[in-house]
Amino acid sequence: MHQHEPNDWKKYVIVLFITTAIFVSGLWFSSYLGNKKIDQLKTVEGSISLDLMSSETQFSLMGELSCKDVSTTVLSSELNSLADKITYSENNIGNNNTDVISLKKYYSLLEIKDYLLMKQITQRCGQKSVFILYFYKNDNCNDCTKQGYVLTSLRETYPNLRVYSFDYNLDVSAIDAMKSIYKVPDNLPALVINGKVYSGLQNVDEIVKNFPELETIKVDVPTTPSTTTPKSTTKTTTKTPAPTVKTN
Amino acid sequence: MHSTYTIIFYVFSFISVYVQIFFLLTFFEKRKKIVQHGDIMELKYYPTVTIAVPVYNEEATIAKTVKSLLALDYPKDKIKIFIVDDGSKDNTVGVVQEFKDNPNIVILQKENGGKHTAVNLALMRTDSEFFGCLDSDSLVHPQALKRIMSYFQNDGRTMAVAPSIIVYDPKNVLQYAQSVEYDMSIYTKKMLGFMGGIHVAPGPFSIFRKKVFDELGLYRKAHNTEDQEIALRMQEHGYKIDHCPDAYVYTNSPDSVMKLYRQRLRWIYGFIKNLIDYKRLLFRKEYGTVALFTLPSGIISIFGVIFLFVNIVANIIKFIYNKIIQIQTIGFSHIFSLHYKFDWFFLNTKAALFFSVILYILVIVSVVIGKKLAGKSKFSFSIFYFVIIYSVIAPFWMLRAIYNAIISKESNWAMERRVIK
Repeated sequence: MHQHEPNDWKKYVIVLFITTAIFVSGLWFSSYLGNKKIDQLKTVEGSISLDLMSSETQFSLMGELSCKDVSTTVLSSELNSLADKITYSENNIGNNNTDVISLKKYYSLLEIKDYLLMKQITQRCGQKSVFILYFYKNDNCNDCTKQGYVLTSLRETYPNLRVYSFDYNLDVSAIDAMKSIYKVPDNLPALVINGKVYSGLQNVDEIVKNFPELETIKVDVPTTPSTTTPKSTTKTTTKTPAPTVKTN
Repeated sequence: MHSTYTIIFYVFSFISVYVQIFFLLTFFEKRKKIVQHGDIMELKYYPTVTIAVPVYNEEATIAKTVKSLLALDYPKDKIKIFIVDDGSKDNTVGVVQEFKDNPNIVILQKENGGKHTAVNLALMRTDSEFFGCLDSDSLVHPQALKRIMSYFQNDGRTMAVAPSIIVYDPKNVLQYAQSVEYDMSIYTKKMLGFMGGIHVAPGPFSIFRKKVFDELGLYRKAHNTEDQEIALRMQEHGYKIDHCPDAYVYTNSPDSVMKLYRQRLRWIYGFIKNLIDYKRLLFRKEYGTVALFTLPSGIISIFGVIFLFVNIVANIIKFIYNKIIQIQTIGFSHIFSLHYKFDWFFLNTKAALFFSVILYILVIVSVVIGKKLAGKSKFSFSIFYFVIIYSVIAPFWMLRAIYNAIISKESNWAMERRVIK
């Protein structure tokens, strides 16, 4: 009578234990690094917030200064890479992750503050500028993907163009206020260009045609790092040079 | 929350890592029992052995194969070589006539009926204590038979011993990739041998006690993978199959993608169909390792490879689709503009990547151990050919094999003959 080798149950269990240990370690290590990244983003946001507050304070003092002392190049170059990192975090850590959502909300507030400050600076100093507020949503919006490409392309052509991107569904009261002020419809994507609202996909030609002033800001300025629209599913890159108030 | 894809990926990764750790643990546990024989060895006793060489239109290869058998270091009065012509239409019969006067050689001719019928004819004509066969695309190491026979002498329960198959004289990238795979198989097969879980007694030079066939019956067609079926039949009846890592058999490997595809299609198709035929073994603890480990991991590997492949293809399609949308939207002007600056932040730290790295390391360890067992100590870059080529083309034969298994379309063994140069 032939007999099989007896089953080595102990080995099956030991191997299960080792494999489980490897997997738990892998999950823990990945989570640890993910948290490190989120901590890094929080630090960056804190730094940007400080920069913005500093700029606002400087702007308040500007009445006593001349516009030639004002530069609109870089408010905080970190604002630019922050958007890329938030997009990356949405894709890799998860767009439902509470930390990522919180970072995104804070980023949106920083954008709004930057927008308001830059609008005031350009008005007071009579500088020509074009501001685009871009409202998108992450899910079921193919045109949002296309609009992202259009805005990225415009940013390549007009480095001084300012694009601020907002997740329409992000629960931030300041975004809701902007939606209400500009009467932004829920037919996305939607753009607010220098105060005018456009709903649905706007292509490059249409935007350039409607805003001839874009040509006036097509000046040689040092190309700054880009700001990316945080948009988890489409990886849209809408690039904005963040402005800076430079005082002596 | 993890996506469904991630969860499936984790499941496949977990099982794959489990299998590799199982092998590795077995290796550390049993490594001192792995025997590497010297060039000169003697057996206590030399039993009679018959080797069948089934041939069908093999005029270019048969002479070299037979000569390698005649060069075996084994008493000539104890070995018989049966050349069985399975109705060749070329000059195979003419070529083998040069051996007709050799007292060790018996030449048989029959109507074409398939490999298993040729081997069975030899089986029915022999009264040797041991029996094996050798495909005519393979050559044997002169010490291979003695080394294999030592396993039978050391353990009376051993009913069959499989050799180590090595790719003969690889010339192109595809053959180097196969060489790595075969080397790795030496390691996995030896570990399965220790665990009693071998599920294939390869056609080239597996040696059986003749009584295996007397008790369990002759070879069956078994979807053109009779070497899998006989192993499963033996496992079902508790017959021990071992593996001799230094009994080298050199086989000529497919030198084109199409030939490799056909060969693997037959193997995987045979695996699936034999698995269906022997599904009663699955997960039954009384059938040992083959039922609890070998066959389940074989199933997982097929679906794992297909899953990864489908995912990669889906990602490529998605990437191309996005590029097309981008071009349609803004033209070509900014498609390729890059403002990339390296930042550690963007380094992938997903757990999936970590598991993939662990798995690749374990596979590399398997190859290194396999190479050592194959008597090759030099590191080569062939492992990268193996990983890349197999990742790309293996899913095709696996998918096709599943499809063929569903519609029961068999592959032809004779279609994939190789030439020993």
